[in-house]
Amino acid sequence: MSKVDLVRRPMPKQEPAERVRNFDEVALGYPAELAREEAARCLTCKKPGCVDGCPVGIDIPGFLGSVAAGDFGAAIRTVKQTNALPAVCGRVCPQEEQCERNCVLGKKGDPLAIGRLERFVADREAQEGPGQPPPLPPPNGRAIAVVGSGPAGITVAADLALRGYAVTMFEALHEAGGVLTYGIPEFRLPKAIVRREVDYVRSLGVELRLDFVVGKTRTIERLQESFDAIFVGAGAGLPWFLEIPGENLNGVYSANEYLTRCNLMRGFRFPAFDTPLKRSARVAVFGGGNVAMDSARTALRLGADEVHIVYRRSKAELPARAEEAENAEEEGVIFDYLTLPVRLIGERGWLTGIECRRMELGEPDASGRRRPVEIPGSEFVMAMDASVCAIGNSPNPLIPMTTPGLEVGKRGNIVADDDTGRTSRERVWAGGDVVTGAATVISAMGAGRRAARSIHEALSGQAAP
Amino acid sequence: MVTIVERRMIVPNVHLLTVAAPEVAESARPGNFIILRPDEQGERIPLTIADWDTAAGTVSSIFVQVGASTAKLARLKAGDTIPSYAGPLGNETEIANFGTVLLIGGCYGLGSLYPIARALTAAGNKVYAMIEARSSYLLYWQERLAAVVERLIVVTRDGSRGYKGHVTRLSEILALEKISPDRVIAHGCTFQMMTVAKETKPLGIKTIVSMNPIMIDGTGMCGVCRLTVAGQTKFACVDGPEFDGHEVDWEEFFARREGYSAEENEPLHRSGCASHF
Ligand SMILES: Cc1cc2nc3c(=O)[nH]c(=O)nc-3n(C[C@H](O)[C@H](O)[C@H](O)COP(=O)(O)OP(=O)(O)OC[C@H]3O[C@@H](n4cnc5c(N)ncnc54)[C@H](O)[C@@H]3O)c2cc1C
Ligand SMILES: Cc1cc2nc3c(=O)[nH]c(=O)nc-3n(C[C@H](O)[C@H](O)[C@H](O)COP(=O)(O)OP(=O)(O)OC[C@H]3O[C@@H](n4cnc5c(N)ncnc54)[C@H](O)[C@@H]3O)c2cc1C
Ligand code: FES
Repeated sequence: MSKVDLVRRPMPKQEPAERVRNFDEVALGYPAELAREEAARCLTCKKPGCVDGCPVGIDIPGFLGSVAAGDFGAAIRTVKQTNALPAVCGRVCPQEEQCERNCVLGKKGDPLAIGRLERFVADREAQEGPGQPPPLPPPNGRAIAVVGSGPAGITVAADLALRGYAVTMFEALHEAGGVLTYGIPEFRLPKAIVRREVDYVRSLGVELRLDFVVGKTRTIERLQESFDAIFVGAGAGLPWFLEIPGENLNGVYSANEYLTRCNLMRGFRFPAFDTPLKRSARVAVFGGGNVAMDSARTALRLGADEVHIVYRRSKAELPARAEEAENAEEEGVIFDYLTLPVRLIGERGWLTGIECRRMELGEPDASGRRRPVEIPGSEFVMAMDASVCAIGNSPNPLIPMTTPGLEVGKRGNIVADDDTGRTSRERVWAGGDVVTGAATVISAMGAGRRAARSIHEALSGQAAP
Repeated sequence: MVTIVERRMIVPNVHLLTVAAPEVAESARPGNFIILRPDEQGERIPLTIADWDTAAGTVSSIFVQVGASTAKLARLKAGDTIPSYAGPLGNETEIANFGTVLLIGGCYGLGSLYPIARALTAAGNKVYAMIEARSSYLLYWQERLAAVVERLIVVTRDGSRGYKGHVTRLSEILALEKISPDRVIAHGCTFQMMTVAKETKPLGIKTIVSMNPIMIDGTGMCGVCRLTVAGQTKFACVDGPEFDGHEVDWEEFFARREGYSAEENEPLHRSGCASHF
């Protein structure tokens, strides 16, 4: 038996100095030889921990074996058995906390680059052009409404279309994809990939209704007159602010506004597109998650001279994917850890600076993380002409407000059963961020898959295969 | 994608836009607005619904040509299509029997007050409408409004019709007309709405205004439409657009509206009008 190969093959990336000047994808993906070498490192464990770590249970050793053997077609078929969006997940899943965390190679060396290989097989398939859509069963005469076209909605729509249901997907915005379209930037997830996935769902016969705000254009109650079941995957789109003085100054953004202007409205191509996006010189981003990293890196690409991430805990607690925090650091984002913004300062209605207070780590809190404690008298001011608040989102109240009998939790989330997605209202299912609060692409897809199965069971009276 | 049924300039710079949008027509209520995109590169811009026809499946708005997006709208003709038209958005106007209600409109407000007037009259109110313009030739929809209110009161800045002046004469006009409203509702130009709120405050008349900040999604997702009402941050698109005018922080509101004024001029210079210079 050959020696265990502990070294992960590096994936080519755009150089930091170059990439901060464009919106093109940063990571370039493995070429075929590197992909095969990397896949060949798999030890094909009898009890693969990686599969346990995958929220949708992809047969990881199976697809890696095919990659190592050079049979990329077989590899993508294996992945797609349980994951409808591999090109997306390969790019944005927090693999280091899921599959890759359980990889035994990681005990002595680098865990296998499962995410990069998932991306590789998906991109490889895409290069060959759109394949034949899978054969569809005859229509079963039942109609399903899916509310929201993010990963949760897309998964439900595809799964049920493949079972013969007539599916209509309603989207409030003018483009489908949810956060994949309006939130995650082009340089991390090219929009062409999202469009390809949406096109695939439409090729299964799913009807897409854009600019349709459920609860407003039509209520859930009204939709139930013409649909046998409804799935609500409306996401967590309501931005939180810090609730400190000065937050309504010009130059103060929610991450949703900042990213939407850039991604959905193509503000980075202003004036070719009409929606403007300010070119700010010094930008502070509040928060430490993926949303904060995306905002900071977007600010750099829009030409800011200096971009700070202002985070109240320390580096060890950063909730962002490790790879993205690294990318941000390489690109020159300045990290101000243990720093809490307390006041936004302005002149004539415009932001000019932020007042912060230093923090230190105290006792661990309920989450096991050490609680940041303010240091009295440590206030200082940083000059800034823009700030972006990326501290979280909760579900939008539009649907709960207009749907009698739909139970809602404390944070405005729709209450749904974990295993089935059933809500308190008859014939209404829900899943994804609208139920859990802001989470991940893969968990939204997992919830979609379980809901699709439950909907099928309920409507057909038989257990889903 | 929706089809334009009619786009017509009704007085200089003010246009009527009617589109085929049966689902929006079916759900429309007084005080709601829609968000549209005039073309694929366009911004999302909000317009208040001025009328709708459920049977014909059409929805109308009145818009004033002020910048690049409204200039694009002003070039549309019947049969053209625009890529996006979403609505109805926002909360509907509170309709109840308040007693006597005075509606005050300028600019696009003459149009957007019309369905409110109709509904309030149907609810048993004595409804008066006070409409204001720079000059009489800029007034529109007078017959329509007159048909659904008790009396139409006209104010023109040049005195070419009705009272001469501005809504700053409000208390004097109310006395002359012998009207003591239980509620005032103002729509249209922001400056006029603020002035109305200032005039009614000492009179102790509850005053509702329809706020028109910059918006993007119109569903509560981006937060750009936030304003301060009674000391609290509100999102105009989902918490409003109507608020108590005595509780609005007007100074902040005007500052936020200027947020993009430098950039807004840029698409305008590239739009068709530039060639006239
Ligand atoms: C900037 C950013 C970066 C992120 N990075 C990552 C990452 O790297 N990895 C990761 O795993 N996760 C990441 N996430 C989180 C991830 O994107 C979400 O968890 C996921 O998209 C949730 O999917 P969803 O389908 O539940 O909802 P969403 O993707 O939010 O989609 C919901 C859709 O429903 C629509 N909608 C809402 N209300 C209505 C209505 N009333 N009528 C019709 N349509 C409606 C919305 O417009 C939206 O399109 C990130 C999130 C953000 C904001
Ligand atoms: C809820 C709501 C309802 C509205 N209803 C109507 C309506 O029924 N009819 C109508 O004509 N307009 C209405 N507006 C205003 C309309 O949306 C703006 O006039 C439009 O977005 C301007 O776009 P533009 O590109 O043509 O002009 P821009 O280039 O964006 O702006 C040109 C000039 O108009 C000013 N301006 C920018 N935004 C607004 C605004 N929101 N209101 C007023 N002036 C603005 C700018 O400061 C600038 O000086 C409404 C706004 C909101 C928020
Ligand atoms: S317009 Fe985006 S939240 Fe109101």
